[in-house]
Amino acid sequence: MGFWRNQLSGPTDPAADAAWDRPEPRKGFFTDTSICIGCKACEVACKEWNGVPEDGLDLLNQSYDNTGALGASTWRHVAFVEQTTDRIEQARESGRKLVSLGMPSVRSRDDTALAGGGGTATATLTAPGDLVPGAAGGPGPIDAALPAVRWLMASDVCKHCTHAACLDVCPTGALFRTEFGTVVVQDDVCNGCGYCVAACPFGVIERRSGHEGHEKGAQSHGISIKGSGGSGGSGGSGGSEGTGAAGHQGGGSHQNAPSHAETNGEVKNVGIAQKCTLCYDRLGAGQTPACAQACPTTSIKFGDLDEMRATARARVAQLHELGYPEARLYGVDENDGVGGTGSTFLLLDEPEVYGLPPDPRVTTADLPDMFRKAGYAGLTMLGMAAAAFVGRRR
Amino acid sequence: MTTNPFDADRPPERRRRRHDDGSPDTGKRRRDESLMVPDVRFDSYYGRHIVKPAPWEKEVAAYLFLGGIAAGSALLGAGGRARGLPALQRAGRIGAVAGAALGGAALAKDLGKPSRALNMMRTVKLTSPMSVGSWILTAFGSFTGAALAIELGRPMLERRSRASGSGAVALLSTAMKLADGPATVGSAFFAPPLAAYTAVLLADTATPTWHESYRELPFVFVSSANLAASGLALVTVPARENGPARKLAAVSAIAELVAFERMQDQLGPTLSEPLRTGKAGRLLKASRALTIGGALGAVALGGNRVTAALSGAALMAASVCTRFGVFEAGMVSAIDPKYTVEPQRERLEKRRAAGVVDDSITTAR
Repeated sequence: MGFWRNQLSGPTDPAADAAWDRPEPRKGFFTDTSICIGCKACEVACKEWNGVPEDGLDLLNQSYDNTGALGASTWRHVAFVEQTTDRIEQARESGRKLVSLGMPSVRSRDDTALAGGGGTATATLTAPGDLVPGAAGGPGPIDAALPAVRWLMASDVCKHCTHAACLDVCPTGALFRTEFGTVVVQDDVCNGCGYCVAACPFGVIERRSGHEGHEKGAQSHGISIKGSGGSGGSGGSGGSEGTGAAGHQGGGSHQNAPSHAETNGEVKNVGIAQKCTLCYDRLGAGQTPACAQACPTTSIKFGDLDEMRATARARVAQLHELGYPEARLYGVDENDGVGGTGSTFLLLDEPEVYGLPPDPRVTTADLPDMFRKAGYAGLTMLGMAAAAFVGRRR
Repeated sequence: MTTNPFDADRPPERRRRRHDDGSPDTGKRRRDESLMVPDVRFDSYYGRHIVKPAPWEKEVAAYLFLGGIAAGSALLGAGGRARGLPALQRAGRIGAVAGAALGGAALAKDLGKPSRALNMMRTVKLTSPMSVGSWILTAFGSFTGAALAIELGRPMLERRSRASGSGAVALLSTAMKLADGPATVGSAFFAPPLAAYTAVLLADTATPTWHESYRELPFVFVSSANLAASGLALVTVPARENGPARKLAAVSAIAELVAFERMQDQLGPTLSEPLRTGKAGRLLKASRALTIGGALGAVALGGNRVTAALSGAALMAASVCTRFGVFEAGMVSAIDPKYTVEPQRERLEKRRAAGVVDDSITTAR
């Protein structure tokens, strides 16, 4: 049973679980958004190297973002958010709350030495290094001055989850786990069932559309938001609005003109699920993925995952020291709902501000329970049918 | 405040409406009052969805119905055989095969690469409800196909063997007679999984309303399957043999109504909203009315061929509405980021309040 326990959730080594004899060290990204300048070199380099088709050159009225979201033809996506002082203060507040979470100072001071209760939890999070003294209480560093305006820029990418829902639900085996612990689609096997699209808790993977597929809808930016979030959800668009000068998005809907991919006949892999491969081909040759290679500010770092996580932890501690309590990490914790991600991020606000889910959970973690419930339901169905035939004829 | 000379040319800044706690207005232009909406409780990236909706079209919703009606019909057909009701047996077998065939075709059509439909058979993958379901549908199709072939082939063969006295034909007829039992049992065995797995198929996604309803959705779906099959039987079977279908209609109508109510309760106010509002809400409301009307009609007026058929049609329509309603509600819940962010925030805060602080994806260290 021990082997099975971590197959669907919890910390584990995915490459070993996928039965690689000699797995390579797990590879991953650390995207430090605090030094991203929004140049989109990563987007371009990714498209160039991987032969990803163009998916629109539209102005989305979303600051400088013109790719919208990750999708079949956008494997790196640079998000732009404009914020004013009050919004930055909010981000700081939530960051401070996060820093104080689980800290012994919140509770009784006496617990500090004990490793019981919440203390254990903290211990697992703390890097073995030098981070504890700065964080563990005291008045802490003085916050940096609040700017009047700030721009959040963040290059988003497939998370290469430890427990990847897309891979779990793929019925054909087209998605597989590489020896580097990453998740890759085999485009010659995928039959475009679209299950992975619905399963991904981050909304990364998508089926590519174009004139070959039967999806006639717009494919660029991966999104055609119907009816601006439904009748009940008019509040949905509101959250983004406070981001300042960017302007209201009209319910967030952006209906594209017919897909650009549709007009040029050279789109490959139409109807097939596509996403970042973490440049599997380059990895195999000992190279750095194209996006990380192209990044001029080293905002995108690539390397062994352990190293990336350590770098991330050191960086967030440094930012806290410098008086930026809004800095936080995303995906470095192995105990989260997806068992930790291969792509880790340093964010400067809540994840949902960047379009990331605040508490993602791999859907297959509940799969045993789902099948159990379905089993009971099946028996109920049989029982109902049997009951209908019991008793007098006619 | 001005940090560079061009700042003077900036448009007036908008104020965040979250901060309407009476803080003094600093003289900036206020938002147009008519645009004011109630306070929002979450942030999003320009209102875009976080999880992607399944790229599935109406075919998949239709399959939910067709697979269900096939499964229920197989059970009715098997029951008809066990209790010696030939018309019910035949109608059940035809319904099972037709439903499975049409459903399978609908699924293949919805693929991004229909030419690769058989790639579903490349592997058996227990973590993929779609893989499991493909194998269930295959097994179900084989057994019900065999049962129907026997149903239609045997009388023909018997006639011919009596006429010609040929041994081979008689032997084939005997083999068919022997295979009839196993084929019936097999189709009845795979019917409940076929009806129930589609609920897991929807629930095993990141689509908020589908996933969070995984505890009750299988019960809704199997009841809806039985309802649709009893409806089909009421339409196709003469009144003297439709007793079981009438009973099944009554039982499964009650089961579905109860399971659906429970599902909505368990989902809570936010996640059940897509089931109550919009197009999905209308479909599901219609489904409820048709279920109640059809079931009452089947029980009270099922003795009459015409009223029985009308009730049966209502029950099938109810099942169609249920499936399309649940399908649509899931799409709505995926497209509006509210349904992703709010419940996730809620459960995160709840865990934190309970002292669990080591399982968040966002960490300060």
